[in-house]
Amino acid sequence: MTDGIGARAKRKEDRRFTTGKGKYTDDIRVENQAYAAFVRCPVAHARINGIDASAALAMEGVIAVHTGPELKADGIGDLIAGWAITSKDGSPMKTGVWSPLVTEYGRYVGDAIAIVVAETQAQARAAAEAVEVDFEELPAVVVADKALEEGAAQVHENVPGNLIYTWELGDEARTDAAMANASHVTELDIVNNRLSPNAMEPRSAVAVYDEAEDHYTLYTTSQNPHVARLVLSAFYNVAPEHKLRVIAPDVGGGFGSKIYIYPEEIACLWASMKTGRSVKWTSERGEAFLTDAHGRDHVTKAKMGFDNEGRIVAFHVDTIANLGAYASLFATVTPTYLYGTLWSGQYDIPAIYGTVRAVHTNTVPVDAYRGAGRPEATYMIERMMEVAAREMRMDPAELRRRNFIREFPYQTQVILAYDSGDFDAILDKAQKAADVAGFPERRAEAEARGKLRGLGYSTFIEACGLAPSAAVGSLGAGVGLWESAEVRVNPVGTVEILTGAHSHGQGHETTFAQLVSDRFGVPIDNVQIVHGDTDKVQFGMGTYGSRSGPVGMSAVMKALDKVEAKAKKIAAHTLEASEDDLVIENGEVKVAGTDRKMGWHEVALAAYTAHNLPEGLEPGLKEGAFFDPVNFSFPSGALICEVEVDPETGVTEVVQFTAADDFGTIINPMIVEGQVHGGVTQGIGQALLERVVYDEDGQLVTGSYMDYCMPRADDVPSYVLDHHSTPSPNNPLGLKGCGEAGAIGAPPAVINAITDAIGTDDLQMPATPMAVWQALAWARSPVAAE
Amino acid sequence: MKIALTVNGRPAALDVAPRTTLADCLRHALGLTGTHLACEHGVCGACTVIVDGAAVRGCLTLAVQADGAEVTTVEGLAGDGALTPLQEAFRRHHALQCGFCTAGILTTLHALLTENPDVEACEIREVLSGNICRCTGYIPIVEAALEARAAYRRGGDPAQ
Repeated sequence: MTDGIGARAKRKEDRRFTTGKGKYTDDIRVENQAYAAFVRCPVAHARINGIDASAALAMEGVIAVHTGPELKADGIGDLIAGWAITSKDGSPMKTGVWSPLVTEYGRYVGDAIAIVVAETQAQARAAAEAVEVDFEELPAVVVADKALEEGAAQVHENVPGNLIYTWELGDEARTDAAMANASHVTELDIVNNRLSPNAMEPRSAVAVYDEAEDHYTLYTTSQNPHVARLVLSAFYNVAPEHKLRVIAPDVGGGFGSKIYIYPEEIACLWASMKTGRSVKWTSERGEAFLTDAHGRDHVTKAKMGFDNEGRIVAFHVDTIANLGAYASLFATVTPTYLYGTLWSGQYDIPAIYGTVRAVHTNTVPVDAYRGAGRPEATYMIERMMEVAAREMRMDPAELRRRNFIREFPYQTQVILAYDSGDFDAILDKAQKAADVAGFPERRAEAEARGKLRGLGYSTFIEACGLAPSAAVGSLGAGVGLWESAEVRVNPVGTVEILTGAHSHGQGHETTFAQLVSDRFGVPIDNVQIVHGDTDKVQFGMGTYGSRSGPVGMSAVMKALDKVEAKAKKIAAHTLEASEDDLVIENGEVKVAGTDRKMGWHEVALAAYTAHNLPEGLEPGLKEGAFFDPVNFSFPSGALICEVEVDPETGVTEVVQFTAADDFGTIINPMIVEGQVHGGVTQGIGQALLERVVYDEDGQLVTGSYMDYCMPRADDVPSYVLDHHSTPSPNNPLGLKGCGEAGAIGAPPAVINAITDAIGTDDLQMPATPMAVWQALAWARSPVAAE
Repeated sequence: MKIALTVNGRPAALDVAPRTTLADCLRHALGLTGTHLACEHGVCGACTVIVDGAAVRGCLTLAVQADGAEVTTVEGLAGDGALTPLQEAFRRHHALQCGFCTAGILTTLHALLTENPDVEACEIREVLSGNICRCTGYIPIVEAALEARAAYRRGGDPAQ
């Protein structure tokens, strides 16, 4: 039997990964290989007065040292923000200039100043340390709200007050009026902690210049190689697209951080042409902390008004988002259209208004990280709901139910129209699976052991597969957000799927093959998924925003439709039957109700021998398709977290975590569960452990795995998972996307549980033992009681 | 400096700079790129290899320290092309996603299960907490290790 849709098919890619035969970028060695290292700005803000590379150039093995002015003189462009946001006064956003190698100013610790190319990696790194940079340190600003203060250090001359934009969404007058009439108003100050994505594979690039063909090849750790090629060509002027091949081979995790095209790839490509050598660079972990785009970093004041029955009447948001020193590729859209559009959550809220002020600071750029804007929205809304329930002395689940949206499609007050969902059903499932009814008993039992036990909810909705292209274009996107696919049936009946989506852990080689297996009865081992190479796949938008299923697989389905139609034409002709009477089952094309049939491989062969095709039909069996969704997809879920806090030490243990999700149709439950486990674990990491810290001068304090704490095997509970599917009506398979849900939904569930346990809501993430102990001590102190 | 060691059952004689780590030596001099480097400061365990039966950090071990040693990398776990019971359990339980940390986790658990095939879940978690995986959330890895215990109990080295 084949592994079709819904099968727990074991992953094809695991054979090479478990035997050490994966091919990641740093594993690639090419002819004429040299190595690059970067000279980086050692302070958060500096004027560069001069660069003396003479000592470095004299060192053994050093081939070249190149600087920003040289790069600029060769016409290499500055880095771009891919989404133009308009301020509420109608003015365009203001962003600072980001040169791949800076020319006048360094604006964060790690800003690239020069590239050193040498025969070995050790020689390159040693020489980079020997490059003398004459710089003058300038005042720096690090924290989001401080950047807007009068007299704050200016990160860019052309961005006055460090303000990139003040964006608004919703109806201010109506929201204010409704808030004024609310019978209860909950107010909350929320910090969404700055995170470092930390894919386990460090970023890496191997740039190869072929002088004979004037052609470049870049092997790189990218989630979207075609977008990389487009941007490297059209904006950074490295080479025209037909002279540049970008290959993203096996990629060891992305979580958003490998969407962007960073200065290093640009500099390596250019340096390969300058030096005539292949140039390889692989980030060290410390370098990754300094230069990989960070995530989150919001400071928010939120206000939610309720009527006397607990129905939300108004929601008001005021957020400052720290975008760091430069506006990275998706940075400007993350705290706006990926954040504000989710302010309605799962709730019927009649009046919403909010503003987002995005600021530059002297820190590494902040961009999309797993969830991108949606975790920030969810954390805010779900903390508000829990706090409001406590203030109004209502059961937090009941308060949520009182506000659930129950009719679809539902037009929110913040652009999006939800297409489907059943929020009661997923909350029912979660409550049952978590045995909420038994919680009081568990709490009492914990108390007897001296532990504080708490339970927290998070009922979230998110939006995946940004679309349609025309709509995102009207909102400022620089690209369309469709996906492409090509299905090639070989003469022996095996199948190749070419997709613009990219797999860096998601298991596309298996799940995409399951679509073919389901359709034609071909075993998944006879299906090859081709991705991640611009020479093989014509174009695609890559993988992020949980889009590979809802958008990428939909494109495959469209192409499969075309292949099926042609295959049936061929089979109908051979079998002397009507196409309408044909069915494809178990690898055979059959005339329904008869014993007349052809094997799938026979149909494929007939297409290529072309000895007996219907008149006018072209030989071959290969079809392509582009899919542009008519709407986003809307996964939703209900998460319930139970924690035990040790009041003596402040240590929190997550003792039970339940997730009931609605991802629409599920192709491979095993992989979906894996995505939930991983996402929830990253969410627990944000809630309990992770926080990027810069000191006041802008030096990165959390610059290694010793300082930045991520979940380990003894930090995570076992998970209880359940599903309730309402298929999306907006794509052929009814998919909604599952990659980010856990990271989006989990943080508020954890914090709601801890605050329930300790009896105070005065707690920000990460809830480290010290933070929890202090919150508890403060809540219990006589001063607080007054 | 000249060193001689056995890697995955094959003898290797090399001339390495004293500063070369075992991980770099394996990756660059021997082309065994299955061993991955993710932090290079001994915290994440991605580069774990087995030296004379013990799981060690390839990034914190100098190649010269492995002179005369028997080294097993992820490439050496499955001898004849078929997956070992541990590798097969990883597949069955979806204990890996991007695959980057997987080599170090497989070697860590192989050393653990070889030493103690009756190891319990809590100890597996404790040992596994020396490795960082950013994708899976660890639970399937623990389940895979528990399942693979039976093969290690049956005696001999199931990896060979």
